[in-house]
Amino acid sequence: MMFIRHDTSMCVMGSENYGDLLLEIMGKYTNIVALDADLVSAAGARKAWKTFPKRFFNVGIAESNMMGVAAGLSMTGYIPYVHSFAAFATRRAYDQIYLSCAYAKNNVKIFASDGGFNIGINGGTHTSYEDMGMMRLLPDLIVSEPCDTTQMRWAMNEIYSQYGVHYTRVFRRPVRDIYKSGSNFMFGKGNVIKNGNDATIIACGSMVYEAILASDYLAEKGIQVCVIDMFTLKPIDSELINEIASRCKIIITAENHNVIGGLGSAVAEVLAESGFGTILRRVGNKDRFGQVGSVEFLQKEYAMMSEDIVKLIQSLINK
Amino acid sequence: MVNLKMRDLTVFAADIRKQLLIELRNFGFGHLGGSMSIVELLAVLYGSELKHNPKEPNWSERDFLILSKGHAGPAWYAALALEGYFPIEELLTLNKPYTNLPSHPDRLKTIGVDMTSGSLGQGPSVAAGLCEGFKLQNKDNYVYVVVGDGELNEGQPWEAFQYIASRNLNHCIVFIDENKKQLDGTTDEIVKSFDFVNKMRAFGFNSFRVDGKHTQTILEGIRKAKGFSQKPTCIVLETIKGQGVKHFEDIVLNHVVRFNNDDVKATDEALVELDSIIYGGKE
Ligand SMILES: Cc1ncc(C[n+]2csc(CCOP(=O)(O)OP(=O)(O)O)c2C)c(N)n1
Ligand SMILES: [Mg+2]
Repeated sequence: MMFIRHDTSMCVMGSENYGDLLLEIMGKYTNIVALDADLVSAAGARKAWKTFPKRFFNVGIAESNMMGVAAGLSMTGYIPYVHSFAAFATRRAYDQIYLSCAYAKNNVKIFASDGGFNIGINGGTHTSYEDMGMMRLLPDLIVSEPCDTTQMRWAMNEIYSQYGVHYTRVFRRPVRDIYKSGSNFMFGKGNVIKNGNDATIIACGSMVYEAILASDYLAEKGIQVCVIDMFTLKPIDSELINEIASRCKIIITAENHNVIGGLGSAVAEVLAESGFGTILRRVGNKDRFGQVGSVEFLQKEYAMMSEDIVKLIQSLINK
Repeated sequence: MVNLKMRDLTVFAADIRKQLLIELRNFGFGHLGGSMSIVELLAVLYGSELKHNPKEPNWSERDFLILSKGHAGPAWYAALALEGYFPIEELLTLNKPYTNLPSHPDRLKTIGVDMTSGSLGQGPSVAAGLCEGFKLQNKDNYVYVVVGDGELNEGQPWEAFQYIASRNLNHCIVFIDENKKQLDGTTDEIVKSFDFVNKMRAFGFNSFRVDGKHTQTILEGIRKAKGFSQKPTCIVLETIKGQGVKHFEDIVLNHVVRFNNDDVKATDEALVELDSIIYGGKE
């Protein structure tokens, strides 16, 4: 069975990326400082850099140094918005994030682009399917992955007003709109995008759109699938997960990340402790390294398309 | 493993540059600037100084090359293909699904590539380990490692350099590709390099600067390095990002080039010129 990809009218292509929103928010709050490790151009943040040169620190290719500099800036009252690719922002700076930022209770905001398959042509060496898992292991961090510009804009503003270390996946190439502009969210609260009782897809980031496509397709086949945008991985919304588990037999998680350590793990932890006996299946990277290819190729190769979600749900329901 | 004469190294460099341009233009975009700046170095290494054998890529007596600035992989692939490690046509598979030639080098994929790289700053440490291993085995394989000037913003290479010198791993030769640019702009604008020669001396290396735009000066530099037995050597190569094609040298942000019509035209013109060096016997 082939699942034909179709466009939902609400999901048109957005036009803004991390760099655009950084420019906007730096204009709004004068105590935000931006840091980057020689990926300003990649982040689309050259305009922010040129507009606020004094508050913008391009520290060079030195991610661990950058996290320490951010910690120091935070101690003088600034709010550092730090960017690199997800692989470098985490793997190359883990102990600095741990000690200088988190353990020392500094106020550092990490924004990581090109997570998972979004790395595309930069290939396996630059790929990060483990960043959110790594960040989820650190106490007190707020870990999230917005799915569209509206949610990313909300997150970048909300983060400003909350003290502590936030790790947020962002995108540097525009993505499809999921939410109406101006929508409000809450860290730690999942959003019910569609209702349905036959199965539930709990998704985050790039996979939210795929979940909606899967649910639309299944609705035509008479299967009603609930879609949750669980954009905060930590703290996870266990209340919502338990509420769903109490009435829905099948839960699928969908994440652009290793199924170990990320959203799938977070949901599994909640379900295991709640004991509802729900069936859980995780869509995501099944513990493989990345490789080179276009974003579209990688998404297919690692079985993270709406088709993969559809097949999984159908196989579970037909049992 | 033939010892080529000087003239031939110039031709070899032209050939590598030609294949590199065809490779990148075919894919449509890629890390052009930093690939072009190591073409002459690759010609000297593969054409003369690096002990290697394409027929026996795992030959235990071979010298090792670590391209720590892994984004220049496409230039390396061009040199390897011309040396016969794999067919030239394979260059057109760069970055395509299931290719053996990914944007950043992968020792598990490409014949002739001994070490994976891409996350900047890790090569010199691996070079140190290789040198330690060879030393334990009483072997005299050389280990060459190529780093970018932007890459040296990272701390790890400096940990490795201090270690390499402190352990007197004198079969390690470090090349710094000083093209004075990184991704977002010049090294002066982002993080100043100061004087690499003095820095490396302070870290315990023999260190000197050579013109990295010509095969002859690079060749002399490497021969000189091999003459020192007391210390490891660092050769700072004065290069140009986009080296060898004026059009690309002149693009300010030329780290990644997405080939537009002008770039394609400039490439076509460059290929004609390169062919005249390769086939015409004139420079
Ligand atoms: C750890 C790490 N951080 C960031 C990058 C992204 N990146 C790739 S190349 C590059 C600039 C490299 O500059 P340089 O070392 O001077 O190389 P060259 O000028 O020779 O191309 C950057 C920032 C990376 N590959 N690895
Ligand atoms: Mg450089």
